[in-house]
Amino acid sequence: MSLRRLLAALQARNLEFLRDRTALGWNFIMPVLIVIGFAFAFTNGDRHLFKVAVFGDAQQRPALQEFLATRYVQFIPVEHLDQAVTKVDRHQLDLLLDAQQMRYWVNNTSANGYILERLLQGLPLQKQVLNGREIRYVDWVIPGVLGMNVMFSALFGVGYVIVRYRKNGVLKRLRATPLTAFEFLTAQIISRLLMILAVTILIYFGTNLLVGFAMFGSYWLLLLILVIGSLSMISVGLLVAARISSEEAANGLLNLISWPMMLLSGVWFSLEGSHPLIQKLALLFPLTHMVRAARSVMLEGAGLAEVAPQLAALTLFTLIFIYLGARGFKWE
Amino acid sequence: MIEVTRLSKRYGEVRAVDLVSFTIPQGSCFGLLGPNGAGKTTTVEMLEGIKTPSGGSIRYLGKPLGPAYREQAGIMFQHTALQEFIKVHEVLTLFQRFYRHTRPLDQLVEICALGEFLERDTRHISGGQKQRLLLAIALINDPEVVFLDEPTTGLDPQSRHNLWEQVRRIKAQNKTLVLTTHYMEEAYELCDEIIIMDHGRIVTQGSPQALLAKHFDNSVITLPSQALPEGFQPDRAASLRSLENQVEILSRDLTTTLRHLLDRGVSLAQLQVRSPTLEDLFLDLTGHELRS
Repeated sequence: MSLRRLLAALQARNLEFLRDRTALGWNFIMPVLIVIGFAFAFTNGDRHLFKVAVFGDAQQRPALQEFLATRYVQFIPVEHLDQAVTKVDRHQLDLLLDAQQMRYWVNNTSANGYILERLLQGLPLQKQVLNGREIRYVDWVIPGVLGMNVMFSALFGVGYVIVRYRKNGVLKRLRATPLTAFEFLTAQIISRLLMILAVTILIYFGTNLLVGFAMFGSYWLLLLILVIGSLSMISVGLLVAARISSEEAANGLLNLISWPMMLLSGVWFSLEGSHPLIQKLALLFPLTHMVRAARSVMLEGAGLAEVAPQLAALTLFTLIFIYLGARGFKWE
Repeated sequence: MIEVTRLSKRYGEVRAVDLVSFTIPQGSCFGLLGPNGAGKTTTVEMLEGIKTPSGGSIRYLGKPLGPAYREQAGIMFQHTALQEFIKVHEVLTLFQRFYRHTRPLDQLVEICALGEFLERDTRHISGGQKQRLLLAIALINDPEVVFLDEPTTGLDPQSRHNLWEQVRRIKAQNKTLVLTTHYMEEAYELCDEIIIMDHGRIVTQGSPQALLAKHFDNSVITLPSQALPEGFQPDRAASLRSLENQVEILSRDLTTTLRHLLDRGVSLAQLQVRSPTLEDLFLDLTGHELRS
């Protein structure tokens, strides 16, 4: 193991990546467009109607009848008070009315809640205040979009590139030098990890300026999830690239891995309520664990203990795939 | 310097290299010739330490090839791409950092004439320039033994002669060279000793001059095919070989053969007489057209 040889290989790969402007550009453009697209697409949607959740039998309360007859307000009966409270906290509901105990919940940061509350003035209701900020779809989807970008970058940036090196003889040329397989692979992993970190962090803070995400947890924890998640995805790329020497085969295999992962890891929609088999299958994808952990940190302010199961799963994936990938690695 | 004993390489049932033995003396240029599929590239790659032999032994300075061998051998492969988006001088620095002992870069730039395109991206250099760069990479660790696998295949005649010039300069520094080639002229120009391989075995071995002297004491007469009457038989001192548009008559006695031709009314208008070359020897021994 020679650090000098490793650093030389690392620098060569970094230069190649940074100078390939088209590839570099796509690494940024796609996720930024997706985030901005969602931010605008969902800003005005579904907003012409006020949403009021009603708990208990409101028809029995004469005092509430006038309010219940208000036009342009959608009244939604709910059965679970707790869940409805959380929805008000996240701005998914504008107001929650408890007809049983004559009280209501409103979010202090919600404009709709404020207007609805004016309509309740004079009624014998007890006010319950919530301060949760609005969780928009874009807040929910951002960990998924960034995770997906990491996945594509890791799989193709390591898997496809090594296969290309093997096919066009770059690997053969390197093999004839004292550079060892361990040094070469480590350089590839480090190079890709640095690129992913730089690109993801830039995209996160860049789009955050425009859209302003919900972020309730620790940035350090989020970074840790990003690092371990990226490593697990890079190791999948290594495994794919261990022996294949045809770019077409590598491309097919990488697509076969990345598309189900993109669709079934809960990037775009929640897997709750989907078929149990799909939920089980999703646990086999590193992306599922990464997105889940990032989401709980960002949206729920989860701490290290709460995301430990996901981090453990990602670490396990990384170790297994790197071991198999490095063992199976062939220069030719 | 390199001693090869009963070297074999099998791929399943196929014996790509079959019990081959030879010795490469220090400071010589050693050529491996043969048609495609003869086993020369497999042999060379085993000598380079890239492929593991199925049987037999290779000893370098009396010892089996080990990890240290990588530091002492320089290799120019037949088909090699280099990492893209990297400039020529950066490629040199990169490979320099892989080795403990290296040659000063300005020396390499001079020997391989890289000066004019040092700043260029590896994607934007010509075929001849790329071969010179690959040669420079092969020399970067100041190797004792240099392997050149078909170094001039695909080059135009001028680039080919340039590269020969560079190979001669390396030879002048008392390096050991191992060369595979399709071009008999190249082997004749550069090699001190050659082996000709076919079907994984050595067909013949020696210096180009000695081989020619040993196998040929004759001349080659070339005529257009249509110059010969149908059913023409050469005299007893000659043999006939048909090529695409012409025939070659190998003759041990030029006077008799020419008289024989004149007696049969053959027009000698486009007749050429030349000494046999390695190419004739190659065709004679392997029975193949040169396949490339």
